[in-house]
Amino acid sequence: MSELLSLVFETHLPVLPVLVPMFTAVALLLMGDDGGEAHHGGRLMKRRRLLSFASVVLGAVLAWRLMSEAALGALNVYPLGGWPAPFGIVLVVDRLSAMMLALTWTIAVPVLWYAAGGWDTRGRHFHSMFHFLLMGLSGAFVTGDLFNLFVFFEVLLISSYVLLVHGQGQERFKAGVHYVVLNLVASALFLVGLAIIYGVAGTLNMADLALRVARLDREQAALFKAGAMVLLVVFGLKAAIVPLYLWLPSTYAAAGAPVAAMFAIMTKVGVYSIIRVHGVMLGEGAGHAALVAEPWLLPVALLTIGLGVLGALAAHSLARLVSYLTVASVGTILAGIGLYTPAALSAALYYMMHSVLAVAALFLLVELVATQRGESGDRLQPAAPVAQPVLLGIMTLLGAASVAGLPPLPGFLGKLMILESSALTPAHAWVWSVVLVTSVMTLVGLARAGSILFWNVLPEGRHSVRPGSSVRLTRATLGLLSLSLALAVAASPLKRYTDAAALQLADRDAYAQAVLGPLGGAKANTTRPYRGGEGEVILPKPKETP
Amino acid sequence: MSLEFLVASGIGVVTAAGIYLILRGRTWPVVLGMSLLGYAVNVFIFAMGRLWQDAAPILSGAGRVADPLPQALVLTAIVIGFATTGFVVELALRTRHETDSDHVDGHEPGHRTSHTRINKA
Repeated sequence: MSELLSLVFETHLPVLPVLVPMFTAVALLLMGDDGGEAHHGGRLMKRRRLLSFASVVLGAVLAWRLMSEAALGALNVYPLGGWPAPFGIVLVVDRLSAMMLALTWTIAVPVLWYAAGGWDTRGRHFHSMFHFLLMGLSGAFVTGDLFNLFVFFEVLLISSYVLLVHGQGQERFKAGVHYVVLNLVASALFLVGLAIIYGVAGTLNMADLALRVARLDREQAALFKAGAMVLLVVFGLKAAIVPLYLWLPSTYAAAGAPVAAMFAIMTKVGVYSIIRVHGVMLGEGAGHAALVAEPWLLPVALLTIGLGVLGALAAHSLARLVSYLTVASVGTILAGIGLYTPAALSAALYYMMHSVLAVAALFLLVELVATQRGESGDRLQPAAPVAQPVLLGIMTLLGAASVAGLPPLPGFLGKLMILESSALTPAHAWVWSVVLVTSVMTLVGLARAGSILFWNVLPEGRHSVRPGSSVRLTRATLGLLSLSLALAVAASPLKRYTDAAALQLADRDAYAQAVLGPLGGAKANTTRPYRGGEGEVILPKPKETP
Repeated sequence: MSLEFLVASGIGVVTAAGIYLILRGRTWPVVLGMSLLGYAVNVFIFAMGRLWQDAAPILSGAGRVADPLPQALVLTAIVIGFATTGFVVELALRTRHETDSDHVDGHEPGHRTSHTRINKA
């Protein structure tokens, strides 16, 4: 039995973060869910929560194990069904994938703990949708095939559609229609981009594509670039970059707190895909199509930071403020990617870890504050004082200071690394001025929000005293927040990890060698230009059948 | 007129119709537009495997064989498109029910509904 278990864990580890949530979600669906507050303490609900939570913890253990294995430097390649790449679909876990997996599952644990404090009873099938979302996220991070990436995008999107309207209400449905329509159009564009790329290169395996793109002639490369730019639009919409971020604030503000917290990682799926496709596959050494996104990424990223922060200054509710800060944080990450150096990429990866954790914690915090303020909710106007001003105040202060980038918090370290890595690039004046000015503006926006929420309160006595938040909700938020702060403590090993991840991404030959085996590698000449209808397949004669 | 021209212009016309419908203000035309766009995209993927004549669709023996991969991709895209269309129809109906309007913004143009709070109870 233990041998079987170790066999499963050793050989099938890369696929487990996809399979575990899938089977859990199906099991949860089979258990049924009547929904409704009446079942809050019911036995079935308890069982559902137990199964769901146990599975998330298991997933987190697996993800951390994958990350600790990836830290050693080897690429973990898993051919699905045993079909060798590029003919079958492969899962590839390198340092970047493992880091994203660990990040996803690490925020999933406290967020699910929070959701089990009552959110999961406000609609049906919260837990199974949560696991389908995790399945889509994990799949998108481990897959080594572009079409498979599309499939996992769809898995995570369709569960996000359902999660967004979880709890229902007019606002959620309004935001839901926009969100769903935009993403469906983006999916259509995704397919168009994929089809163009396939039509030119004849493969969708990322390692194989990276080899073939270098061999395209100028004319083919132009078409390939067009396909890649279509993909940039799609990934940009998911990541919420200028001018495709307009859907994000109202969507995230309308979503329930745990859902919005999970959505914090969803924008990063877009960022991750941009790194994979435009940063690595079309990076240096991609022949005529190399660096196709370079003229766009950095300006767009800086504009995104600027507009995100302006939105945060103008926000009239705390949830919208945090949503706009999400947009700004995506801009900061993309600025690091847009510099196209391993050092900047490493800094961006570190900042990404911080931004996911901090934003997720802030979204949970928004709801804690909003429920304690009664009628006014999270609107930025004078209202009744919160029941736990000290606790919530300190938590808000820590989260906000980290997002704004005050030392010694991880947000400061991340921004500092990005600034440092940009010092020798021609764009450093732009990066420095935008990042520094927007940091001050973020600070102003957050200070304004904080002082309204905690100090500008209506006189006491005129309001009934509201109870503080339940211990579970506070603890879950606190857990997420301290994880985010722990990034500052563990900054040195994490930075070493992201440095190694950035170098690993730049090593295209090793990636091809690992994925394609003897077929691939720098010297292999097995890849030939794809010429559709010209080739004639001559097969050996079929066996005579009696 | 070549087959390529026919297919390409066909995809173009259907895409244009789809985009026009998606830009409408009511949910039903938008859903129709997305379906049309989906059809156009599916044929486009199919065409990216090149247009074949007199070639077997699957390996059957010697001779020319059409590229099987786009066919598999289209099949996946069709299934996903079918599921998402089903979902968006249901979402549109539900929104119509919640907001008393089938406008994509959730209220009639020029008629701002009172700001209703999300039910946080």
